[in-house]
Amino acid sequence: MEFTGAEIVTRCLAEEGVEFVFGYPGGAVLNIYDEIFKQNKFKHVLVRHEQAAVHAADAYSRASGKVGVALVTSGPGATNAVTGIATAYMDSIPVVILSGQVPTAAIGLDAFQEVDAVGITRPCVKHNFLVKDVRDLAATIKKAFHIAATGRPGPVLVDIPKDVTAHKTEFVYPDSVSMRSYNPVLKGHSGQIKKAAQMLLEAKRPMIYAGGGVVLGNAAEQLTELAKLLHYPVTNTLMGLGGYPATDRQFLGMLGMHGTYEANMAMQHCDVLLAVGARFDDRVIGSPAHFAREQRRIIHIDVDPSSISKRVKVDVPIVGDVQQVLDELIKLLKASKEKPDEAALNTWWTQIELWRSRNCLKYNRESEIIKPQYVVEKLWEITKGDAFVTSDVGQHQMWAAQFYKFDKPRRWLNSGGLGTMGVGLPYAMGAQLAHPDATVACITGESSIQMCIQELSTCKQYRIPVKIVNLNNRYMGMVRQWQEFFYGSRYAESYMDSLPDFVKLAESYGHVGMKIEKTADVEAALKEAFSPALKERLVFMDFQTDQTENVFPMVEGGKGLSEMILAEEL
Amino acid sequence: MMSSRHIISLLMENESGALSRVAGLFSARGYNIESLTVAPTEDATLSRMTIVTVGSEDVIEQIIKQLNKLVDVVKVLDLTEGSHIERELMLVKVRAAGKEREELKRMADIFRGRVIDVADLTYTIELTGTGTKLDAFLQAIDESAILETVRTGASGIGRGDRILKV
Repeated sequence: MEFTGAEIVTRCLAEEGVEFVFGYPGGAVLNIYDEIFKQNKFKHVLVRHEQAAVHAADAYSRASGKVGVALVTSGPGATNAVTGIATAYMDSIPVVILSGQVPTAAIGLDAFQEVDAVGITRPCVKHNFLVKDVRDLAATIKKAFHIAATGRPGPVLVDIPKDVTAHKTEFVYPDSVSMRSYNPVLKGHSGQIKKAAQMLLEAKRPMIYAGGGVVLGNAAEQLTELAKLLHYPVTNTLMGLGGYPATDRQFLGMLGMHGTYEANMAMQHCDVLLAVGARFDDRVIGSPAHFAREQRRIIHIDVDPSSISKRVKVDVPIVGDVQQVLDELIKLLKASKEKPDEAALNTWWTQIELWRSRNCLKYNRESEIIKPQYVVEKLWEITKGDAFVTSDVGQHQMWAAQFYKFDKPRRWLNSGGLGTMGVGLPYAMGAQLAHPDATVACITGESSIQMCIQELSTCKQYRIPVKIVNLNNRYMGMVRQWQEFFYGSRYAESYMDSLPDFVKLAESYGHVGMKIEKTADVEAALKEAFSPALKERLVFMDFQTDQTENVFPMVEGGKGLSEMILAEEL
Repeated sequence: MMSSRHIISLLMENESGALSRVAGLFSARGYNIESLTVAPTEDATLSRMTIVTVGSEDVIEQIIKQLNKLVDVVKVLDLTEGSHIERELMLVKVRAAGKEREELKRMADIFRGRVIDVADLTYTIELTGTGTKLDAFLQAIDESAILETVRTGASGIGRGDRILKV
């Protein structure tokens, strides 16, 4: 039986077991929308801006581990989606974006709502396709899902001209994909894994540094088992939070530009470093030259060969799926007669505890003006550390990362790589739809939240009861902080003037709004917002926080990891 | 770190946009391209590309990894890692009037070039060889005689049983 291209699209999505498609209709995708109307295999979520469609699909993927799907029209639909696509790309999130395109005969003629979507998105997708023939459509969509989800995951865009959605052909959905040009290596080299095991056992000052690859590769369990087996300290990158239980004593906190003193010092001074699913990026190790000053041997496990020896030379590269490689490593370590050097390890832990005793995350708990850190701490307490937490970008993001202790993977959703302001609310939507019964909190700021505020409307329509924790300091806080430190306190354009009344704004969208102005009121407000009475409602909590609060510790750009600025030094 | 010249050969799916993926990768990551040639192979579904680039060992390693990461790329080989042959084709149009004609014909012969177009006032000379040989020819003839040059960029192939094939 023959189907139109549009029917094939919806059938492919059904075959893939897609639950939600986040999208926005328009001329080039009307045939597809007509088929969406007629089917009941998946739900369509109408966002208010295409950027949010991709963010929500991205978040759905982060929270569930499945591939997210977004659908946008040609031209501005595609260009609006680009920020979302680039965000997913930088954090290696599997998303399939279907974009409409003008009819094949009109391509290249500057047709209405025409844009070269494949060209524009090329640098920020894992791969993309333009489908020129309806007979290629099903196989291309199959490939898109396969490429997005395997190897190092990432977004894949499929651009579909309008005439292709109208043409008819037989529908056969392929069972599998075979591509001679794409075969990611999953099994680590066993000789290298042996070397890694040996090196780990020889360590006097070991350190485990785990990134987003552990979360994406579903290897949190393996990472925890390995660390427990060896009793070695662990740090997570911003993207890796939740990959190791944050409340565990072996966890030193996040590392990097705003990492803890103990994590950064241990990272700098270790003699054997096990890097798992992390990429030594500039926000994590600071200056590579400074990092290289200390002698250490590095083992690096990553599914992407190009992440290895990119910024830092490593001694034992292992390309493969982190879960599989860690499993093998654990097996070898368990079978080995050798054990870690206990005396050396004790000395190392004593040193680490000394670093930890600096209590680098301390802040003024007596303050009457609300301290943002306090709000996050209370949020953690009240949600019992078990919420899905999204953030936007800036100071509040760092406080969320520092003070919300994630014990489980896929609970922390933020734009780590691209640093996209505006992701918080659509991320919360995606997470809530993936886990309808879970508690979802969006930690944001008054500047970031305004970048996708229109999604309050989507939340109303679909009854998405996320809780928004707005840390409102009337500044683009991180910009203000840099201006204070490095630009002589000249706060150029970082003050957020003419803010809306967020309570009224939330109410006008049909939600619950709260304004909290004193430290003493924080706990009660959070308790109310997360109470069963408001479980079905979106609550927008507008916390008026200290305008001058800064994020510490801080490693200035280009400086070394151990050259941190601590709160007490100012 | 020492930079050196590398000739990277690759096979990729012969699909529209494949070239722009490679070119885009080089520009986005700030890698050099000295020359780039591309054409289909005996298997029409595959294109063969030769890229001449300059970089340190670390950069070349990254280039090869990044090229391998492109979904359309089937195989990548750094030809300069082993023995190989490199050829480039150049067409040069020179002013050739009066006694210059004899001299230019002689130079072309010395460099094993051929005159492939003769007009009243010009010759077009075809020359193949390594890039340095072509440079040498251009230096050997009177600079003011050169009216136009067109070069293909290098193509390369491994010697003996060094074969890049799917």
